[in-house]
Amino acid sequence: MKKIRISIIGFGVIGSGVAKVISEKKGYIKSRHGIDLELVGIGERHGSIVCEDGIDPMEAYDLAKSREMYKHPCWKEEMSGIDVVREVNADIVIEATPTNINSGEPGLSHMMTAFKNKRHVVTSNKGPLVVAYKELKRTAEENDVQFRFEASVGGAMPVFNLVRESLQANKMLGIEGILNGTCNYILTRMSTEGLSYEHALSEAQELGIAETDPSYDVEGIDTACKLVILANAIFDMDATYKDVEVEGITGITPESLKLASDEGYAIKLIGEVRDGLRVAPRLVPKDHPLAVGGTLNVISLHTDLAGEITVTGKGAGAIETSSSILSDVINISKYEFEGT
Amino acid sequence: MDLELKDIPGQLVLALQPISDFEGNIVSVVHHRDKKTPRGMIPVQVTFEIDGAKVSDLIDKLKSGGIIVARVGEERLRERRAVILIGHIIHSDIRDTIDQIDATGYAEVMDLAMSMPGIDQRSSARLVINAAGKREMESAVELLRNIAREKDLLLIEPI
Repeated sequence: MKKIRISIIGFGVIGSGVAKVISEKKGYIKSRHGIDLELVGIGERHGSIVCEDGIDPMEAYDLAKSREMYKHPCWKEEMSGIDVVREVNADIVIEATPTNINSGEPGLSHMMTAFKNKRHVVTSNKGPLVVAYKELKRTAEENDVQFRFEASVGGAMPVFNLVRESLQANKMLGIEGILNGTCNYILTRMSTEGLSYEHALSEAQELGIAETDPSYDVEGIDTACKLVILANAIFDMDATYKDVEVEGITGITPESLKLASDEGYAIKLIGEVRDGLRVAPRLVPKDHPLAVGGTLNVISLHTDLAGEITVTGKGAGAIETSSSILSDVINISKYEFEGT
Repeated sequence: MDLELKDIPGQLVLALQPISDFEGNIVSVVHHRDKKTPRGMIPVQVTFEIDGAKVSDLIDKLKSGGIIVARVGEERLRERRAVILIGHIIHSDIRDTIDQIDATGYAEVMDLAMSMPGIDQRSSARLVINAAGKREMESAVELLRNIAREKDLLLIEPI
């Protein structure tokens, strides 16, 4: 049995969701994988919980939900996220602060600091990956630690691990897919109910599927960021957001969806890495594997040996995203600590 | 093209080589080995893309090789693609948009369906374009992309 010490930086929906799942899955991971996950630090904006003997993840989750983290006996008001990364003796840092695609901060500093302190990093945070992927990868390698980000694209869907493990003999020829559940939900509702864009958007906002300011999703920015990560991590490109040709879904009319449907097509916001990086509404045949509805995400990988491999699943949600984060944590634990 | 071949070895190559010599692109070959024609020949259906001006020379070449050319059918525009346009389609002169595609000579707008919810609102249109081949379709769609950019229309293409 190997004990793996974890700290979580950013304890919002995703960070606290990971804590909840760790609490629920601790026994299973122990018996199935021989790994004992122990939470030793939680870094938040206004302070941190640090306990070298272990934090009860469920207690932290409950306190976070009621916004009373400061009531925890190990609460340290003066300690910031970066202090936790630097000072708390964790094997793996889970970085789950909010995404900032312009500067990548504060996630970028958290990750760089973690690497320099010889800690592995698992993240769902797209910002640092979009801004400084190459630099992060190099720094992780220089410090001989792992850097995993399965949760950053497609939430629960395995993409990077699928390419790294199951498709490792393949050359990747191209990738296309639906990488934003909010857009997919809006287009699906417009199509099935004949709703206007504005109507479908406000419905999505009421259901909590779309943000109050939806521009990041509906203008295709989120999809473009995910393409940048895919391009850099899978195709070894050196792409940034500026390299993506982006068109969102705000111009789609219910009439266009009807005209497309009469010809056997759905309209979907498709992100594509092929000769270039492109996000645009596209016609997808209704019987095509990419024609998934609702908030689902889907990715097709075009490979030289396996042909086309398509994965579909939930692209968002704290529990679903935690599935990918824990998969990365367990992978690192197995490869790095087994037998040591 | 329906051909009839003698039932001896090497005939299929004899039939296909000239097509390739005339820079034709063979799409499919169906060789009916089990069905003989009343003349005791083996029927073969060959589908290929070729410059129309070369067809009669090709037929002469095939005939001189002892191959019977039973039927020649032409399908000039084989590729079909539907696209959607959104914007002020009428006001940006849909007729001109269609004319520009048709004027290429290798592609045509075969079908147009429009929906106009109201004056001042953006309309939506579905265009079906037919083109001579894949390359011609790519050029026609590239032309449409430029037109859409110029006229500020949103073009939605198939994956």
